[in-house]
Amino acid sequence: MREALTIIAAALCGLVFGLGLVLSHMVDPAVVASFLDIAGNWNPTLAFVMAGGIAVAAPAFWLARRSKRTLLGETIDLPDRMTITRALIIGAAAFGLGWGLAGICPGPGLTLLGTLDPGALIFVPAVIAGMLLARWRPLQMAVAKPAA
Amino acid sequence: MIIDTDMIRQAALGGALIGLSAAGLLLLNGRIAGISGILSNAVRGTPGLWRFAFLIGLIGAPLLAPLIGFPPAVAHHQGGPVLLVIAGLLVGFGTQTGSGCTSGHGICGLSNLSRRSAVATAIFMAVAVITVFVMRHVAPSLLGG
Repeated sequence: MREALTIIAAALCGLVFGLGLVLSHMVDPAVVASFLDIAGNWNPTLAFVMAGGIAVAAPAFWLARRSKRTLLGETIDLPDRMTITRALIIGAAAFGLGWGLAGICPGPGLTLLGTLDPGALIFVPAVIAGMLLARWRPLQMAVAKPAA
Repeated sequence: MIIDTDMIRQAALGGALIGLSAAGLLLLNGRIAGISGILSNAVRGTPGLWRFAFLIGLIGAPLLAPLIGFPPAVAHHQGGPVLLVIAGLLVGFGTQTGSGCTSGHGICGLSNLSRRSAVATAIFMAVAVITVFVMRHVAPSLLGG
């Protein structure tokens, strides 16, 4: 019963997340590119997506840090907040490069699958391939530690 | 600079919906609404049917959107298949290696006052801005455009 509720909750959260991406125009790579193009005809609109998101989510995280269990009785296990690793820096830089090139991050890519957008049908499998590639041991070791 | 108040209102409301989703997944399921992490774990078969349920909801959203008066989800792509494959590989590699994307670090991590996420967000935003600057303002003049 509890697992069924968590699955329904997750489906609703996914739906609301996707509706937010559609309403906010995050799903349009042209809008993302014009947000990132601060030297051109800059469109600051998408800054309000992050602001709106954090304004609503921050109180929930404040509450979660003070709770051990959720409303459905699930454990709350928040990720490490402090450790800065080479992997974090290299990964964030590679993600930024890919996001800048195409103007699509994982959420909008997946949401666009629902419209059978041809670009998303190419982009999302490439994202999955990149994720699997990142788990290839020699590459993980090269990321974790500089070559001697 | 483009200031479109209708778009800004939609962006803030859309952002609030994303925040509501993150708050719901956290306070009901105890999970972080980081899309790259959810996708990566779902693909690898990490136990948890909830991830597939979340992804189905996410993918179904543009089908529901027009029925409730939301704008249609239309993508104007910045390049062809080769660019999309290269960008996708980088986004997949980067989010896996850096443990998060715009949602996991940018919305959830910053909301959780995470130093890791603040560093990651600053780096991916800066690199994305530099990438667009080079593509739009440096590369064309080098190529004599």
